[in-house]
Amino acid sequence: MSEATATRRTGSPPNGGNALVRWWRNPWRKPTVLATLTWGYLAWSLIPLSIAIAISFTAGRSNSVLHGFSLQWWWRDPEESLFHDPELHAAIFQSLRLSITTMLIAVPIGVAFALGIDRWHGRPATGFNFLMLLSFVLPEIVLGLSLFLVFRFMLTFVHLGTEAQILGLVTYQISYPVIIVRARLLSIGKDYEEAGMDLGASPRQAIRRVLLPLLYPAIFASGALVFADTIDDFVTVRYLSGVATTEPLSVKIYNIARAEPTPAVNAAATFLLVTTTVAIVIGYVAYRYITRGQRTGKITDFAQV
Amino acid sequence: MSAGSPASTSRRSRRAERAAARNEQIHFSRWFWPSFTLPGTLWLLVLFILPLYTVVSIAFGTVDPIFRGPLPVYQPWFWSGEQFGSVLHKVFGIYSPVYIHTFAYVVIASMICLVLGYAVAYYVARYGGRRRGLLLVLLISPFWISYLMRMLAWINLLDNNGYINKVLMWLHVISRPVGWLEGRPMTVVLGLVYGYIPYMILPLYGFLDRIDSALLEAGRDLGGGPASTFFRVTLPLSKPAILAGMVIVALPMFGDYYTQALLSGSPKTTMIGNLIDDAWSTTGQGPEAAVFVLILMVILIVPMLYYMRSTARSVLER
Repeated sequence: MSEATATRRTGSPPNGGNALVRWWRNPWRKPTVLATLTWGYLAWSLIPLSIAIAISFTAGRSNSVLHGFSLQWWWRDPEESLFHDPELHAAIFQSLRLSITTMLIAVPIGVAFALGIDRWHGRPATGFNFLMLLSFVLPEIVLGLSLFLVFRFMLTFVHLGTEAQILGLVTYQISYPVIIVRARLLSIGKDYEEAGMDLGASPRQAIRRVLLPLLYPAIFASGALVFADTIDDFVTVRYLSGVATTEPLSVKIYNIARAEPTPAVNAAATFLLVTTTVAIVIGYVAYRYITRGQRTGKITDFAQV
Repeated sequence: MSAGSPASTSRRSRRAERAAARNEQIHFSRWFWPSFTLPGTLWLLVLFILPLYTVVSIAFGTVDPIFRGPLPVYQPWFWSGEQFGSVLHKVFGIYSPVYIHTFAYVVIASMICLVLGYAVAYYVARYGGRRRGLLLVLLISPFWISYLMRMLAWINLLDNNGYINKVLMWLHVISRPVGWLEGRPMTVVLGLVYGYIPYMILPLYGFLDRIDSALLEAGRDLGGGPASTFFRVTLPLSKPAILAGMVIVALPMFGDYYTQALLSGSPKTTMIGNLIDDAWSTTGQGPEAAVFVLILMVILIVPMLYYMRSTARSVLER
């Protein structure tokens, strides 16, 4: 054992005459294998997407091969393009309506819940927190189907369609702001608030003028996340759609992709991609702006929230 | 800023002031903070617990004799196990292959996610260097790219006339186009890996990034080579992160029906999620869907509890 240790230290094992073995055992070599794997993984993960985006700009009808460049699947084609096909066109607005409403409802409820659960040390708090986490880990199909059944058989005054979709989406998304804001609350601690109160603020003022501003980054980040996640959602929404006119773009993409996809589907998916990217960038810029001058605020921190 | 605190105020009185302020906060009213949780809790009770209860009521309810639609029974003392029993019988009978290959796909796909994801997370955490920001953005980007978009990309590529077949034929690996999308387990597993691996990489990265490099140096100093340091220090340390990552990817995979529906659509590769989805889309099979959902929840209860615990803990750690 000690001999082996000694040879490893010197970096020239007597039995490792083979250059490859020597290279493999050299503890200071560059991590070539890992680097290849990582860049290979990234290529595998991103090249198919780039091709799918490129296909939305094709001039042909095939959605598997590129034929020149045109905008016909975006808006040039008067019937089948994303912005002219009446179904897809309506679906865009349905998508935006659903995700903006969901964000506006889920984020305030979630932030309030996080604050309450953080400061309330009663026994029921543990139970409520359990409930929230359960809604976070439950596979979406379970939630979507249960909601469908409840609106069908029990809460029958809620009609399938936009209202059911929003109720369902908020239920599914509510835990994101809770988790993000709670993490932020715990990392902030109570010091700043207490400092504020030492300087004469009332508890209420301390919350409004110290704690809330410190929470803005988490609130913005969770808003962006909820928006991006909702606009891509098609499981819950599909079960709660009722009629085809309330199907958002994601559900349309799912349905068409299983039948006969044209490049217009690629255009629709690319449109969703652009929308979520814009939401995330806005969220990130807001995050950077608010956390300017703090040690956090790097992209890696944003990634962690 | 309270004007009435001159510099001469003794330390004691200031402390008393502070205590008073804290008291005021404690006496904020007992219901001040709990009331914040009220909207969220009520929402979840009505739109989360109640739906789950409805599922149980339908699974143990009866069936409309004429329309074959479900008649939920909300009083537990009237529950009958008839529906549940007959579906359970099918689960162990004609549907058992579905459960078996769902398990197989999920296990294989999560293992691939783990091995590949670990390597990538490890590289970025240890050797990311100046490119770490870029690498992270690239790793995170799939999170905000819709799952549909990512499956669509593979539908395009794996088509009979798609680029995968073109490249393979050009390389003379195959002589005629392969029908990748015609019910191949391999394609479904590939789709699952492609869809869920980002969810594995991020928690692993977050964990590996936090491993104290002194521990690794100690391993090296004590004579471990790169491999043995990895297997005897890094890997055992990252066990909780590995478990968490596995659960994070396996849970949604069990409820997944769309990957199968988009990349195969064949009954040969049906998964548990497809059973639920098919039962939903065929009218009159409401009770069956409810039973399938219930069975899925029973199967997943342990990993779900584990995931909840690790989420709660990771919130507390940060």
